[in-house]
Amino acid sequence: MRIGVPKEIHAGEARVATTPEVASQLIKVGFDVAVEANAGTAANFSDAAYEAAGCEVLASASDVWSQSDVILKVRAPEGDEERLLRSDQVLISFLAPGQNPELLETLTKSGATALSMDSVPRISRAQKMDALSSMANIAGYRAIVEAAQHFGRFFTGQITAAGKIPPAKVLVIGAGVAGLSAIGAAKSMGAIVRSFDTRPEVKEQVESMDAEFLMLDFEDEDGTGEGGYAKVMSDEFIAAEMALFAEQAKEVDIIVTTALIPGRPAPRLILAEHVGLMKDGSVIVDLAAETGGNCELTEPGEVVVKDGVTIIGYTDLPSRLAAQSSQLYATNLRHLLTDMTPEKDGNIVIDFEDEVVRGATVCKDGETTYPPPAPKLSAAPAKPAEPEPFVIAEEKKPSVAGPIIAVAVAALALLGLGSVAPPDFMAHFTVFVLACFVGYMVIWNVTPALHTPLMSVTNAISSIIVIGALLQISSANSVIMWIAAATILITSINIAGGFAVTRRMLEMFRK
Amino acid sequence: MISAGIVTVSYIAATVLFILALGGLSNQETARRGNWYGISGMTIALLATVFGVVTQHFELLIGALLIGGTIGIILARRVQMTQMPELVAILHSLVGLAAVAVGFASFMDPTKHYVGIDLTIHDIETYLGILIGAVTFSGSVVAFLKLSARISGSPLTLPGRHLFNLGLLIGSIWFGYQFVVQSAAGGGLEPLIIMTVIALVFGIHMVMAIGGADMPVVVSMLNSYSGWAASATGFMLNNDLLIVTGALVGSSGAILSYIMCRAMNRKFLAVIAGGFGTGGGTSAASGDGEDQGEVVAIEPHDTAALLNGAKEVMIIPGYGMAVAQAQHIVYEITRELRDKKINVRFGIHPVAGRMPGHMNVLLAEAKVPYDIVYEMDEINDDFPDVDVSIVIGANDIVNPSAQTDPDSPIAGMPVLECWKGKTTVVLKRSMATGYAGVQNPLFFKENTRMLFGDAKESLDTVFKAL
Repeated sequence: MRIGVPKEIHAGEARVATTPEVASQLIKVGFDVAVEANAGTAANFSDAAYEAAGCEVLASASDVWSQSDVILKVRAPEGDEERLLRSDQVLISFLAPGQNPELLETLTKSGATALSMDSVPRISRAQKMDALSSMANIAGYRAIVEAAQHFGRFFTGQITAAGKIPPAKVLVIGAGVAGLSAIGAAKSMGAIVRSFDTRPEVKEQVESMDAEFLMLDFEDEDGTGEGGYAKVMSDEFIAAEMALFAEQAKEVDIIVTTALIPGRPAPRLILAEHVGLMKDGSVIVDLAAETGGNCELTEPGEVVVKDGVTIIGYTDLPSRLAAQSSQLYATNLRHLLTDMTPEKDGNIVIDFEDEVVRGATVCKDGETTYPPPAPKLSAAPAKPAEPEPFVIAEEKKPSVAGPIIAVAVAALALLGLGSVAPPDFMAHFTVFVLACFVGYMVIWNVTPALHTPLMSVTNAISSIIVIGALLQISSANSVIMWIAAATILITSINIAGGFAVTRRMLEMFRK
Repeated sequence: MISAGIVTVSYIAATVLFILALGGLSNQETARRGNWYGISGMTIALLATVFGVVTQHFELLIGALLIGGTIGIILARRVQMTQMPELVAILHSLVGLAAVAVGFASFMDPTKHYVGIDLTIHDIETYLGILIGAVTFSGSVVAFLKLSARISGSPLTLPGRHLFNLGLLIGSIWFGYQFVVQSAAGGGLEPLIIMTVIALVFGIHMVMAIGGADMPVVVSMLNSYSGWAASATGFMLNNDLLIVTGALVGSSGAILSYIMCRAMNRKFLAVIAGGFGTGGGTSAASGDGEDQGEVVAIEPHDTAALLNGAKEVMIIPGYGMAVAQAQHIVYEITRELRDKKINVRFGIHPVAGRMPGHMNVLLAEAKVPYDIVYEMDEINDDFPDVDVSIVIGANDIVNPSAQTDPDSPIAGMPVLECWKGKTTVVLKRSMATGYAGVQNPLFFKENTRMLFGDAKESLDTVFKAL
């Protein structure tokens, strides 16, 4: 099948749905790839690079649409594009079917099959196709870069000859993928980072990134909603939250807000009065600008200065890092396409048994298939009730009787032996028992790393049995003499071999 | 000719030197000196015996010593470090064979005359020396064949094998009694030979029934037996040097066997009874049929990226590393990462490999510095701080079900808790189960990535990508 990648027509969109590297991988799975001329230019991928990767570069968008079986896009089709879609085509892009019912209707009418990358279910298997996370990650990083751009100071603290520079304090609200990415970026630039989230379970993730997690002093209300997103909180909770933000606003230099609740306008977290409390020169980056903004004063798509605070409301942060986001998005698409091509022959199969494909498909054969039936597994799979590591120390107390009997039997046996054995034997026996104890003491001190050399050296010294053969070799009996000679031969193999190989091994151990 | 007193003093010196040799192995710095102590002890004992006791046939003696010594040194030079278990096994068999030979020669020696209880005790000593020697000999030969893959490593489980063993035991006791009785009447060669054959069969059967991964126990047990054989021979010859040395070696091997058994949470007798890991009964217990979830594969290229981004890396080698001869490339990767200031350490499970300390020797051969190679107990608590753990050809020793599933055949076995780290990369040929026949839930954990393929080739690619 032929994959077509048109140039994005949305104003200011710099991303492209495939990169030369990903295209070459798609070709390996059996697809042909056609790219519209200059599709990747804004993301620094030249037409020549696509050609070198094996793609065909077509002059116009209409060529791409008319000659392809599968259309890959970033943004949902708009304007003319909606009319170019044919009923035998498959469209894969961000579609936001929940927010755009008209678009969904148009797509359904066209009879084509459309897959929405933002509808890929959040299950572990689909992580590699989770384009929302990819984009959120980039947005979080870019938010810090934008903040740094507008913030008139260092992020990191320094003590210089010209005086002390305090580190910037960054507050990240919402510790999802974007929030964590922002925390990581701010942290690596040297800022002091705090984070707030209504979901207590992200505390560990925040702290693992060396940031401080702000806790609300509030009777346990868990903000965890479906699919790992947050849900709407109670009024009391919000009041407490507002108080916390007011207090933080006085202290921090930069606030990054990433709070989103799926299918609803973004929660208002930073009010005008909070902005007023912030120091002049502070920066707010509102990642929720597209859905109305977490900050009351945000103007979507714009940078505004209110009360001396710069408020950044860009809605196209991933596009501002176009090469990176194209790369990740294209890889997400590739994973999806590869999974949909079980035969690796370049022919995709829309298999509704496949949870991922079912979840992503929003319309097929003139029917709307959105929203999909509830996924079988949520993002946090019902944990198989993990049994507590059972306690090994639960062993039965060793019965006292056992050892006592053993000691008694041994004592009796020794007494019996002592009563009949000649003193000569008992002298040897004493030596034997003492030697066992010496051996016991010495061997426990041997480091486990040297157990192999220990075996080879004990092997060599157990060949001391050669003494027996030496005592016998002078015998007048020729049978005994020859047996003794043979014994000397084999034990000397052992002596020389054992010591030599031990030496060889020990030579190798070095610091 | 030197006097008997000097000989005795030399023997005492040799004994002390042997103890120092073993004591020297307590750490790597003193180990080399320890080996020289051992060599000196052996030399002193040999010289004292040759000049103090031997009266004739010097040319034969010297010839045998030279030939044997040369063969030994050639063997020691040629052996690959991955073949160490085989070499140790075959050397053990020689000690066993020597004990049998010395026992027979002593029995046939017409110059020794004992009467009454002395004779009985001497006979029993001879008998025990030959018995242990024969078991050591045949057992070690089978262990050698198994370790060198000349015969299959899987356990041979004859029907009624426990009864068979019991029969052999009763048989050897019966013929032992016959031997003592007949020996008093001047005969006894016949029961002695029959008993030797029984002991040989027992040794073969015992090791045949034990599977590949229990080999550390077998090898250390045979090590122990070779010591006891030397000790019994010492009793027979009234020679304290042999008794002491044999006892040292015997307890050394016994302790090693104990350590190995403890590391597998198994009873020594259960290991010796054999038959573990055949799939009969035990393996079905942990629900192989259950859907364990999905494994996530990873490419060598991504593995390299993962390593480059890590601060703490733990490498967990198993027998698979020895099979694939991957230790050298492991070292190259280690060096590369350490040059990048990434802290690379090795975690060794006591039963990794086919012999106690096997992995340490392989890593030492590949020039991995020993101070970054740690025992399980030393590093198991550090895993939460580890960014990437790499498991190379190991399975059961990193199986979390040993801790979580009380029904698992390996329940209670101490394991390396690599799943507590951030990411674990498992190098494996396929999804086959490990030696114990137990599925490993580690592979299905969310933070585990599988790197399929030959360990050496995969690591070569990883190294190139670093």
